[in-house]
Amino acid sequence: MKYDIILAGVGGQGVLSVSAIIASSAMKEGLYVKQSEVHGMSQRGGAVLANLRLADAPIASDLIPLGSAALILSMEPLESLRYLAYLSPEGALVTSTNPVVNIPDYPDLEGLLGHVRTLPQSRLVDGEKLARAAGSARATNMVMVGAASHRLPVKVETLEHYIQTTFAAKGEKVVETNLRAFRAGREAAA
Amino acid sequence: MTDMVLLGDEAVALGAVHAGLTAAYAYPGTPSTEILEYLVRYRQKHGGPHAAWCANEKTAYEEALGVSFAGRRAMTSMKHVGLNVAADPFMNSAIVSINGGLVVVVADDPGMHSSQNEQDTRYYADFARIVCLEPANQQEAYDMAREAFDLSERFKIPVLIRLVTRLAHSRAAVRVRDARPQNPVRKPPVASSWVLLPANARRQWHDLLGRQPQFVEWSESGEFNHLRLNEERRDLGVITTGIARNYYVESLDELGYQPSHLHIGAYPVPVELMRRLLGHVSRVLVLEEGYPFVERMLRGIVAPDIEVLGKESGAVPPDGELTPDIVRRAMGLRERRGQEIPGLSLPNRPPQLCAGCPHADSFDAIKQAIAGFESAVVTSDIGCYTLGALPPYSAVESCVCMGASVGMAKGASEAGLKPALAMIGDSTFLHSGVAPLMDAVAANTDMTLLILDNETTAMTGGQPTILPPSRIEKLVLGLGVDPAHCHVITAHHRHTEENRQLIRKEVEYPGLSVIIAVRECIETLKTKKQG
Repeated sequence: MKYDIILAGVGGQGVLSVSAIIASSAMKEGLYVKQSEVHGMSQRGGAVLANLRLADAPIASDLIPLGSAALILSMEPLESLRYLAYLSPEGALVTSTNPVVNIPDYPDLEGLLGHVRTLPQSRLVDGEKLARAAGSARATNMVMVGAASHRLPVKVETLEHYIQTTFAAKGEKVVETNLRAFRAGREAAA
Repeated sequence: MTDMVLLGDEAVALGAVHAGLTAAYAYPGTPSTEILEYLVRYRQKHGGPHAAWCANEKTAYEEALGVSFAGRRAMTSMKHVGLNVAADPFMNSAIVSINGGLVVVVADDPGMHSSQNEQDTRYYADFARIVCLEPANQQEAYDMAREAFDLSERFKIPVLIRLVTRLAHSRAAVRVRDARPQNPVRKPPVASSWVLLPANARRQWHDLLGRQPQFVEWSESGEFNHLRLNEERRDLGVITTGIARNYYVESLDELGYQPSHLHIGAYPVPVELMRRLLGHVSRVLVLEEGYPFVERMLRGIVAPDIEVLGKESGAVPPDGELTPDIVRRAMGLRERRGQEIPGLSLPNRPPQLCAGCPHADSFDAIKQAIAGFESAVVTSDIGCYTLGALPPYSAVESCVCMGASVGMAKGASEAGLKPALAMIGDSTFLHSGVAPLMDAVAANTDMTLLILDNETTAMTGGQPTILPPSRIEKLVLGLGVDPAHCHVITAHHRHTEENRQLIRKEVEYPGLSVIIAVRECIETLKTKKQG
C-alpha cells in the first residue's frame, strides 16, 4: 500500500499541523511515513506545500513523483489547483472554498471552483463556515482533515486522538473546538 | 533502541547529543535553523549540553573551536552561505590538530528555496582537505552525526556533514541508540599544533596532506560508500550521492534490472571503488544533488573512454533541485503525468510581509522621503525586509549577502549615487553590518543607514537577536556616529509623516546618519501573547 498526499495552502493556514496529525496517526497504525515540509521564506504568506507519503513498506524519496498522489488536500481553492500534475489519474482533490486574497491578480473565485468541479474526484467544503460554527475560524484546517478522513488510510479514532494531543497544550476548549471542526468536516464530505 | 520521528536537522542534533556533545553554536539560516533550535529546547529540558545562538557563523565556529581545544566535543551548524562567513576559521581549523571532536554541519539549499545561491559545500570540504559525510535519510543523519565526532578525533580534523533542504526539512522515524558520555577537559597534547605561526603551520599542513591517503582508505572501506556490481550486465553503471539515491531507488523497480551501483555517502571520494565501477561498464550515470562535483572528477580533462551522463552532458539539469521525475528521465524511464485542466494558468503567490509588519511602515516612510531625487539608491540586505524589493513596495534595489547593504551604500555614494540609503535588520546588522559602518564613520560618508529593529531574527522563525534593541543605539554611538545624526524612531503608520520628515532631513545632510526604526515583529508579538 502506498498513499501519497499533497497538502497545500497559504503560509499561516496550518498546513504543517495537518501534515503532522495525519503523519502521527499513520505511524501509530504501523505505516512508514515521510513528511517533507516547507520552512523559511515561503511561510511568509506565500504558497505552502507539504509532501506526505504513507506506505506499508519503507519509502525512499521524500518528494512525491508526478502523477502519483492519491490526494490533494488544500486549505485554499487557488492553491488546490497548483499541484494537479502530482495527482494520479484516480486521485482525489479535497479543498476549502474559502479564498485567501493576498495577491492583486487573484482569479475569479467561481471560475476556480468551476475548475475544481471538472476534476473526476473532487470535493469542495466551506471550511471556514463549518469552523466558525465549531467555535473558531482558525480550526478550518481541522475541518479539512475531517473532510479528507473518509479517504485517508487511517482510522478516525486515531486522527481524533492526535487532534487532542496536538491541541492539548492550548486547553480543553481549543481541543473541543478542533474536534467539533474535524467532525463537521467529516460529516460535510460524507 | 527507540524510534523517534525527527526532521533531518533534528536527527543530526540528537546524534550529536548522543555522541557526547558538550556545546553547539549557530547563527540561524534556512534550512539549518532547526538543528540548534532542537538543541536549545533539549538544553531547556535536560539542562545540557550547552547550546547557544551567536552573532554570526564565524563567531559560532570559533566558539566551537574553543570547545575542541579544551578536548571536548563541539558542533556548529549553518546554511551553505554561512560557511562563507565562517570560511576563515573553517579553513584554518583543518590545519590545527583537532582535539575534541569538531563537527561542522552545513545545510545546502539547491533550488534556492530560501537562499541567494546554490553553492555546494562538498567543494569546501575538498578545499580544506577534510572528510565530508552526506546522509541520504534521517537515519543516516543521526548515525553519521554520531560517527562524525569519532572520525574527527581519529583523524584530528573537523568533519563536515552536508545536508540539503529536502533532508533537513523532512521527517521520518529514526532509531536512536544509547548516549555516550562527554569528554573530560583536556588541552591539546602538542601545544604548537594550535599555534599557526608559519613554521608550525607548514608542518601542520604537510602533516594534513600526508594523512590524505588514510582518509581515502577509510572512504574505500565501505562504511558509507557501497559498490554493487551486476556481473551479468556491463552497459550501465549508476553513481548516486546523498539523497539522489532515494530518487533512484524510487524508480528502480520500473527499470527491470539492477544496474551496477556505487553510492557515495562519504568524501574524499572512494577512488578505487569508482575505478572498479568504471572498469565494469560502458556508460555511467551520475546523480548528485548540487554541483556536478563527482561528475567533473570523472570527466577530468582527458575524455574518458566511457560515456558519462550527468549535469554536464545534459542528462540532468545543471541547476535547481533534483526530483524523483528528473532522475526518472535520466534513467530513461517514461515521464509520468498527473491530472491537468487544459488552459488553466494560475498566478504565483510569492511570500510577503505579514499584515501589520513594521517593515511595511518603514518602506512607506522611506519611499516618501526620497521621492523626487533622481539618482537615489536604497541598498538592502538579508531578511524579511528583502521582500521590500517586490511590489507593492518596490522600495529596495539590492540583496547580496549578510551586511552588504552598508558597504554597498558607502561605495555607491562615493561613486556619485546620492542620496545613498542602506536598509538592514537588527540581527543582520549585528551579524555583519557593524564593521562596514565603522568604515563609513571613518570616512564620514554621505549616506543614511536605516536599521530596521524588529527585536528578532524574523525570517528564520524569531530567534533572539544577540543584543537587545536598547543596546543597538549605544553600539552605533560607540562607533563614533555623530549623536546629532543618530535617531531612534517608531516604525508605525501613525508616525509615517514625522518619520518621512526626519529621514528626508538626514538624507539631505551631507554626512553619515543612522536611523534606528524600532517596533517588535508582529509574529513574535503574537507568539508571546499566545503564551
